[in-house]
Amino acid sequence: MSQSTRLSSESFNAPALGRRRESSQWTIALIVPGILLLLWEVLSRVGVFPSNLLPAPTAIAATLWELTASGELLGHILATLGRMLLGFALGTVVATVLGALTGYSPVARRLLDPLLQALRSIPSLAWVPLFILWLGIGETSKFALIAVGVFFPVYLNLMTGIQGVDCKLVEVGRVYRFDQFQMIRRIFLPATLPSYIVGLRSGLGLGWMFVVAAELMGASRGLGFLLVDGQTTGRASVILASILLFAVLGKITDSLLAAAGDRLLYWQDSYGAHR
Amino acid sequence: MLQLENVSKQFKNSFVALQDIDLTVQPGEILSLVGTSGCGKSTLLRIIAGLEHPTLGHASINGEWVSAPHPSVGVIFQESRLMPWLTVWENVQFGLDAANQPDHQSITEQALAKVGLSAFADSLPRQLSGGMAQRVAIARALVTRPTILLLDEPFSALDAFTRANLQDHLLDIWNDDRPTLILVTHDIEEALVLSDRIILLRPNPGQIHREFTLDLPRPRKRTESQLQRWKDRLVEELNLSLIERSLTEV
Ligand SMILES: Nc1ncnc2c1ncn2[C@@H]1O[C@H](COP(=O)(O)OP(=O)(O)OP(=O)(O)O)[C@@H](O)[C@H]1O
Ligand SMILES: [Mg+2]
Repeated sequence: MSQSTRLSSESFNAPALGRRRESSQWTIALIVPGILLLLWEVLSRVGVFPSNLLPAPTAIAATLWELTASGELLGHILATLGRMLLGFALGTVVATVLGALTGYSPVARRLLDPLLQALRSIPSLAWVPLFILWLGIGETSKFALIAVGVFFPVYLNLMTGIQGVDCKLVEVGRVYRFDQFQMIRRIFLPATLPSYIVGLRSGLGLGWMFVVAAELMGASRGLGFLLVDGQTTGRASVILASILLFAVLGKITDSLLAAAGDRLLYWQDSYGAHR
Repeated sequence: MLQLENVSKQFKNSFVALQDIDLTVQPGEILSLVGTSGCGKSTLLRIIAGLEHPTLGHASINGEWVSAPHPSVGVIFQESRLMPWLTVWENVQFGLDAANQPDHQSITEQALAKVGLSAFADSLPRQLSGGMAQRVAIARALVTRPTILLLDEPFSALDAFTRANLQDHLLDIWNDDRPTLILVTHDIEEALVLSDRIILLRPNPGQIHREFTLDLPRPRKRTESQLQRWKDRLVEELNLSLIERSLTEV
């Protein structure tokens, strides 16, 4: 077993090296934004930027702090996250069932895929009025809208992922006389995982877009509401603070998903895995 | 016993890949299929494996018609076809769940030891060289203890040294259980070193051209003068099979 322990210690060193390079890249990546931020601050202070339209970074930070201190912000964040989570879960579940079905069964594909592709060509925001009419302005229409946004990338990636499974590997399963269930569990599921995770990540991205849309169309809580509130009360710093928070939340959730994906796809021998 | 009776294969595009193949293979026999590229060797092997259905005729194993992969048949493909998400150990075990073997651990251990890869049990396929991956594929095929082992150019992607090594290995393994081996190869020397019988196929449509029985003791030296003479004969026949073909086409 000495050889295999040597192997694993090598693979331990590689990420450490990568991490060092990553951290230096991080500092490089921060230079330009840092300069811009400084410039922005200075120009706002001397009055080149009108403070009611483009407040200084420190003013935005102050607004964020106020909102946090009053406890208001946490409520908004939780409201948005909750909607997002529910809509994402709903869209993902439906997309997974339908994508698995159309990917695996040619009959289901001929039956369902043309319809779904046709629906996909509708810009999803066009659904907004209909959803509001059907489901009211409350939470349900918001979940539905987010779910629609999440649905298509997940569905499409899963379906094409299943169809793209290497038939050479499937033949190995046939030689071992796998039944349908074993085929799915032992070959199709792991082989489809990479594209499924890609689908989840782009679904999440679209989900964030749609949560904004959903909250813009009428909400009493959430970061989208904060956007509208900032606009109606003429507080640019509130708008910018919510935009910032959307960016941060989007990045965090995507990183979580990406990290989960990397853990599941440790076996991949791809260009990205070796960088 | 493995039998092919009157096997013909015509693909959907109406291309006739095989025509009237009759062949009987005895238990424990090592048989090589050689012939030029596209003459239907892989197709024939896939029919025996139950992965492809003949248009006419049938293959049978111990009198039983082959309509789907048979439990006593193992296949080693040209590419190792390991599951990239499983470790070497798990890949070797891959066929065991389906075959419902009682004693997984020790069987896997033995198979890995046989191909000399016990130390790499925890490695992933992407960490293996081509030759190592092919050895894992051999181990995977062995754990179900096939009585018929089909090999489609299993060593063709490897360098001459590794190839010779694995050929010796294959003979060792064959010595343990004495399964029937059917080997598709482009390498005449490989066929000569390993087989009891060599079937030479000719293309368009794929038919049996000649059959050679090699009554030489094993292990055989690659440099042996007798093997060299056989080799010359086979190459000549291979050329003949092509010339005959073009003559009838005119
Ligand atoms: N699915 C298919 N549909 C149509 N034609 C096919 C199909 N599979 C194989 N063929 C044709 O059948 C012939 C025999 O193919 P096969 O793969 O058996 O050849 P081979 O002897 O194994 O060749 P090689 O030595 O290059 O591997 C080829 O001419 C090929 O084009
Ligand atoms: Mg072939």
